[in-house]
Amino acid sequence: MTTAAIKQDVRQVSRGLALSPRQVWGLLFVAPYLAIFVGFVLFPVGYAFWLARDPALYVALAHDPIFLRTVVNTLVFLIVAINVKMVIALLLSGFFTHRRWWVKVLAVLFVLPWAVPSIPTIISVRFMLNPEWGVINQLIFSLTAEDGPNWLNDPTLALALSMVVHIWKSLPFWTLILLAGRLAIPHELYEAASVDGAGRWHRFAYITWPSMSTLYVTCTLLSMIFTVGDFNSVYLLTGGGPADLTHVLATLGIRYLRLDQLGMAMASIVCALPLVLPLVYFMMKRLSK
Amino acid sequence: MTMPATLPGRPLTTRRLMRGVSAEAGLLLIGIPVLLWTLIPIYHMFLFAISPKDAAFSGQLWPEHPTLRNFEIVLNQQHHFLYHFWRQMLNSLVISCATAVITLLVATTTAFAISRLRLKGGRIVMNMALLTYFIPAAFLAVPMYKTMGVYGLLDNDWSLVLAMVTVASPYAIWILRQASDKLPVELDEAALIDGASPFQLFRLIYLPLMVPSLIAVGTYALLLAWNEYLYAFLLLSKETAITLPVALGNFLSADDSPWELLMTAGFIYALPPAAIYYAFRRYMASGLTAGAVKG
Repeated sequence: MTTAAIKQDVRQVSRGLALSPRQVWGLLFVAPYLAIFVGFVLFPVGYAFWLARDPALYVALAHDPIFLRTVVNTLVFLIVAINVKMVIALLLSGFFTHRRWWVKVLAVLFVLPWAVPSIPTIISVRFMLNPEWGVINQLIFSLTAEDGPNWLNDPTLALALSMVVHIWKSLPFWTLILLAGRLAIPHELYEAASVDGAGRWHRFAYITWPSMSTLYVTCTLLSMIFTVGDFNSVYLLTGGGPADLTHVLATLGIRYLRLDQLGMAMASIVCALPLVLPLVYFMMKRLSK
Repeated sequence: MTMPATLPGRPLTTRRLMRGVSAEAGLLLIGIPVLLWTLIPIYHMFLFAISPKDAAFSGQLWPEHPTLRNFEIVLNQQHHFLYHFWRQMLNSLVISCATAVITLLVATTTAFAISRLRLKGGRIVMNMALLTYFIPAAFLAVPMYKTMGVYGLLDNDWSLVLAMVTVASPYAIWILRQASDKLPVELDEAALIDGASPFQLFRLIYLPLMVPSLIAVGTYALLLAWNEYLYAFLLLSKETAITLPVALGNFLSADDSPWELLMTAGFIYALPPAAIYYAFRRYMASGLTAGAVKG
């Protein structure tokens, strides 16, 4: 269709709907996204709720010890991993403001974990942790002449290591965001403060933190929302094992799916909503201005 | 006003030198662990890739007999895990390029309608996109899998492309809307007075001005699709339809997996996104962080 023909159509449609041509054009322009939204967000979500409608599913979930363990794991993951990561990101963003040639080079390398695909790097970590021939236990053996722990066979260690992998993978992204936040603080503030004799701590407490606290909280909440769905860090490192004790909500749905318990998969996600919705509500209020 | 320590022409005292040295040492004390932390898993992967089969587990910092044999096997598809290596690379390439192009199309038109045409209800569309952005991708995965089954798209490249567009476009729309809000309104007004249709405004004025943000968003969608594992392994299963990450994941479920080849193929797969990231780093940094900083 030529532009002229579209114009002709728009004029006719706008007369029919009593809308200005500009509004009709606007509808035309959002139509592709609306189609995507209806077809691949609205329909799947509606379908999921429909599949999860049977109350018996929730009774079954409540009686599944793996589900309860998963909820605890997810909460621990969110609270510990995210906060540790964000504090490190906040501190490191300060480090990256230093103007040295080697800090610039390091900043470039630092982003690699985020830019490259997770699967080879996480499997690489998994090999490092192999109890027999992994490089870490070899190192422990050569230093202490004793066998290292069977890392991924211990549920607590395995979950902790999944968190480490998560931090390794997503630390660069949040550090960059916080770095951008730091660089947006007017430099004069720091200069004035050092003229007044403010030390490093005072500059952080009275200038950096007040200017960045909103951004920091936003990033923490966003990261929490994303991490409820962090499938790779757990699935590729531990596979949910040993004995399904390291699942998080993101991997549990897939486990039920593989066991052909589709209703359970959907119900476990619905159960996660009380966890996610308050965060989402807060973020929506913050971002949709 | 500058800090006294940086005033030029001030005599170099021992005390100042010491302070400079200790500041430098303090920075290095952070920098070196950060460097090791970042590179060790990647270097470990590389080490596997250049080690002969039996020597990969020796725990040395550099193999005694480094070899390119693994690369040869992978690139010539000489192992039964890798018979479709190039086909799967091509699938990844096609899927991620299609995702980038379609995401750009969908997100640019939407941002234009909301921000420049002031579409009534544009706010609602924006909130729908934001809400989608906040659905954890792993939660949408299972419903998406069933939905693709309903549409009859399973094992079809399109299913992954459409799923990735769905995941990538909300953030893309948000970033692009913020960038287009910054363009002066006078531009549109002048163009419309001159008799331009909204479509001409979009093509001749809006798109050229948005190029830097478009590069950032396109790169974001491209990397997202190239690196995706979960959706790819749910939606695609035929040997010749899967992307390379799914093929690598299949290594894990076998007992006799050739680990050194898995690491070699993974290393090769990690090169394009790293290169693309570095090529477009400037756009990515300013384009993608701009959105978050404002929040």
